[in-house]
Amino acid sequence: MLGRLSWAAIPLDQPLPLYAMGVVGIVILIVLGIVTVKGWWPYLWREWITSVDHKRIGVMYVILGLVMLLRGYSDAIMMRSQQAIAIGDAQGYLPPDHYDQIFSAHGTIMIFFVAMPLVIGLMNFVVPLQLGVHDVAFPTLNSVSFWLTATGALLVNVSLVIGSFSRATWWGYPPLSELTFSPDEGVDYYLWPLQISGIGTLLTGVNFVTTILKLRAPGMIYFRMPVFCWTALAANMLIVAAFPVLTATFAMLLLDRYLGMHFFTNDAGGNQMMYANLFWAWGHPEVYILVLPAFGVFSEVAATFSGKGLFSYRSMVLATLGICILAFMVWLHHFFTMGAGADVNAVFGIMSSIIAVPTGAKIFNWLFTLFRGRIVFTTPILFLIGFMITFVLGGLTGVLLAVPPVDFVLHNSAFLVAHFHHVIIGGVVFGALAGINYWFPKAFGFTLDERWGKASFWCWLIGFYLAFMPLYVLGLMGMTRRMQHIPDPSWRPLLLVAELGAIVVFLGILCQIAQLYVSIRTREQRRDLTGDPWNGRTLEWSTSSPPPAYNFAVLPRVETIDAFWEVKRKGLTPVEEVYETIEMPRNSPIGFVIAFFATFTGFALIWHIWWIVILGLLAAAVTVLVFGWSENRQHEISANEMAQLERARLGLGRPA
Amino acid sequence: MHDWRYATPDASLGPAPGVGQGFRHLGLLRWLVGCAALAVASCAQQGVLDPQGPIASAQLLLLLNSTAIMLVVVIPVILATLGFAWWYRASNAQASRSADEGYEGRTEFVLWSIPTLIVILLGGVIWISSHKLDPRAPIPANVNPLRVEVVALDWKWLFIYPDQGIATVNQLVIPTATPVSFRLTSATVMNSFFVPQLGSQIYTMGGMTTHLNLLADAPGEYPGFSAMFSGDGFAEMRFIAKAVPAGDFDSWVGQVRGSGSGLDLPAYAELARPSIAVPPKTYRSVEPKLFDRIIEQTLSGPRGPTSAAWCPPAQQTGG
Amino acid sequence: MTIAALDTVPTGVPTELARGRGGGGPASTRTVVAYGFWIFLLSDFILFAGLFAAHAVLSGNTAGGPTGAELFNLRNVFIETMCLLFSSYTCGLGALSAERRQPARFLIFAALTLVLGAAFLVIESTEFAGMVSKGAGPSRSAFLSAFFTLVGTHGVHVTGGLLWLVYMAAQVVAKGLRPQVLRRLLCWSLFWHALDIVWVGVFTLVYLMGAR
Repeated sequence: MLGRLSWAAIPLDQPLPLYAMGVVGIVILIVLGIVTVKGWWPYLWREWITSVDHKRIGVMYVILGLVMLLRGYSDAIMMRSQQAIAIGDAQGYLPPDHYDQIFSAHGTIMIFFVAMPLVIGLMNFVVPLQLGVHDVAFPTLNSVSFWLTATGALLVNVSLVIGSFSRATWWGYPPLSELTFSPDEGVDYYLWPLQISGIGTLLTGVNFVTTILKLRAPGMIYFRMPVFCWTALAANMLIVAAFPVLTATFAMLLLDRYLGMHFFTNDAGGNQMMYANLFWAWGHPEVYILVLPAFGVFSEVAATFSGKGLFSYRSMVLATLGICILAFMVWLHHFFTMGAGADVNAVFGIMSSIIAVPTGAKIFNWLFTLFRGRIVFTTPILFLIGFMITFVLGGLTGVLLAVPPVDFVLHNSAFLVAHFHHVIIGGVVFGALAGINYWFPKAFGFTLDERWGKASFWCWLIGFYLAFMPLYVLGLMGMTRRMQHIPDPSWRPLLLVAELGAIVVFLGILCQIAQLYVSIRTREQRRDLTGDPWNGRTLEWSTSSPPPAYNFAVLPRVETIDAFWEVKRKGLTPVEEVYETIEMPRNSPIGFVIAFFATFTGFALIWHIWWIVILGLLAAAVTVLVFGWSENRQHEISANEMAQLERARLGLGRPA
Repeated sequence: MHDWRYATPDASLGPAPGVGQGFRHLGLLRWLVGCAALAVASCAQQGVLDPQGPIASAQLLLLLNSTAIMLVVVIPVILATLGFAWWYRASNAQASRSADEGYEGRTEFVLWSIPTLIVILLGGVIWISSHKLDPRAPIPANVNPLRVEVVALDWKWLFIYPDQGIATVNQLVIPTATPVSFRLTSATVMNSFFVPQLGSQIYTMGGMTTHLNLLADAPGEYPGFSAMFSGDGFAEMRFIAKAVPAGDFDSWVGQVRGSGSGLDLPAYAELARPSIAVPPKTYRSVEPKLFDRIIEQTLSGPRGPTSAAWCPPAQQTGG
Repeated sequence: MTIAALDTVPTGVPTELARGRGGGGPASTRTVVAYGFWIFLLSDFILFAGLFAAHAVLSGNTAGGPTGAELFNLRNVFIETMCLLFSSYTCGLGALSAERRQPARFLIFAALTLVLGAAFLVIESTEFAGMVSKGAGPSRSAFLSAFFTLVGTHGVHVTGGLLWLVYMAAQVVAKGLRPQVLRRLLCWSLFWHALDIVWVGVFTLVYLMGAR
């Protein structure tokens, strides 16, 4: 009746996860309680949950990413603490069974439910505004994408309370992840949520490639698009090309686990090496999906806060596209030690170091953007400078690892762990935080507090170096990754420094929370009345903060790169508007409803409750059919209506 | 007449100066961290930093050379970043500013050439070193290589000496100055055989054979372990690679032949059952072609802990 | 708020802007929908590419079980291929009828496409059932896992496509050939033709090369 689900699935004998979920449960109940008491449900349903507005969806993605950062970071602190304590004879407080779940969850959550949502959220919010259009190509699909991602995040967290998570690492390699060696529900708690959110991400890719290539303001030829849009295009093309590979790979592993097939098993002809190849054929493009938009953020930030245009737009675009293509040609560097032979290893090593060329060109371009600029030290520019130093060092260690014989002694060591955190934190996290600080005023109408922002930057920067420099040394000393227990007491001082670093980063996260709180409380003093708090260069700064739902009453006509800067430079006065009727998409509950059914279907698949699976799939299918039949998905804003709306909107704040 | 909606290009924005102090902090801190790392690294003569064989030595040299090549670009970039950010701060009246640079072909050419040249150099290094340090390549020496067959089990290492007819668990004794030619496999999940001080690691995979060649220059005890997570007992899957002079090695072999039990098929089945933190053990004899039989066995049926009720011995830590 | 051009009033898309360089402003809804669906289809091709790759790697791993040469009935494969190819033809004729606003003719061709597609599925399921009953099911060997998954995934797509066709026929009957319905039909026929392309790959790489 309930598949393999039973009361034994609730870990009553394990205090840590129960305690954690207790705390989370109480927080959730408090939040829901406040919302109910204040009567915010109709507003939330109308303005956020059923919204198909890219700006709202972008904000929800970022909120999801930041909330999941707290979960992923708790895992990190737990791991650091275990490794700081369980040295020599001491066993620490996390038995292998738990520790293995924690590092598997840490990687999974950080990549799929923190980094991806943050990056996709920023692209969602910014790209249509920068392109000078009303919304993305498929707004309702956009909502579906978000809610499916949220479903994935929810299901992974349910594993804290019901059952246990995967103990087969964040990339779930067989045979360890096969039924023989992972018979319980753990690996299924990893595979199904990722398949579900993977559909959402793929739809985002389709959406944004179409938007960027087919929906731009008049006059915005490709070489007048902002660099952030180019990086968003490259990242979304990578999503379209890479995520299906992940879907296929996970489907094969699921078929092995559910229907007894033999894609990757030890016996009956299965090939575990094929999983590594297929997974990393997705996995390497994935890191470029994450980092390219971060590069885009930095391009915008560098130009805006140096007060001059980005150095060599053309070469930035070329470098972005070069990275996009090369991303698919390096995947084997994730398993040089699998024994592919010298020729194969050397080719992939060379390809991997070739990626340093366009990346290096980008770094030089940012450097020369700063050169002879007039640099104003806001939080985003601090993140840029921190990024340039940190990412270059992280890239150095990456190129080291790209030399196969060097990789032979560093593969899977703490050195590798330090390298990828180096580039992901230095690149993606710093980029996301810079982007959030940069575009927050546009989204909410007031700036974030600078002091707390800078404090969070310093904590992140210092904490990162404290946490990961020791890991480089430990890797060279022979420490491998994923160790629940440390054999060598001489490693203790370095592990303690790493623990300190983790705590400092945590302070940085607290500073971010403080920043939000203080900014909201003092928002009247920091209202953005002009829509252009940073003296920006691109079109999003020409709208009010926040922009109206339709972004632009009349699509701007673009004649140069940095279209808004040109207008300001020429000191133009706007002429009287000539409005036309436009069509905007209506809100839709489809995304939320499909995700609702997907959640139950996913849960039932994990626990083998087949009748719920069938019902859930049927319900989702019916929802799709209903959506597919519907008319009236758009509503008109007539020219007169638009004129009235714009007059009312622009009347506010006009000096007397 | 300017409309309030457009900010003029000269509008000042952002916080007041005084942020410049941040940069002094940034530089100072970087120094401190760098020194600390260096200090620690120089005391830590372990693992990869303490090579005890020609493979490991070559790999350390490669690591250092590649780092040096990259630092040629990295250090100037970091200094330039800090320098430009500091010098071109808005409050510095002495700095020359420029309007939008636009496209400058010459600078662009130089900027792309620098990483390109470095990468061409590195490409050559990669090609040559990958071939020279290919794990499958036998190590040239005056003596015949010692053959060792390695089987990764849950969660210990089985070493079979096919020519000597003995086997050990979690203890790899080899003669110095003698190339050791490994054939490796796993009876269960993917592992990675690694002795950092001797050099390269290589994956061990079920139903397949990988190859590795290492050599120990001097006598000593070198820690080895699995570098690929393989389950609950992974952290304890360690062994010692003990290099002894050739004469001592022969007497050790004789000693092993004279005591303990043999590794026949029933004994192997017993050994293959999941266990953690297994103390070193030797076997006086080995089932002929055991390594090949293990591979066949892995290809034909599942092995591993299939019962959720299975309890690892000796390592229960509450919670 | 708008960016004002120097001296002109923005009234729609100026003709002097180069459309070919992408400066023509947002594309029409029909273009956007078809383009987006085509991008989605490309991603589906990549999904199949992953399955093709798995099949290529595992095609020799028969684990002592039956091989393709022993199992495949090439005559049936030929018949089902012809069914699918002809269904693409009738699909094309249906699309033309729809474009010419001839709902009745469209429905006839839709029915023919449905019959041919269903015939394909019947032949394929019979083949699968036969193999399973012979003990050559997907859990017998890695080769068979790859075969069933690749060919089966294509079959699942065909099934979905036929259900979608029925749904579209219902929409045509209920609403007529208005622009929104035409856009959806365009997506459907892109899907159906794409499945045909994938099938060409399947019968070449899986059946013809596997039967040798």
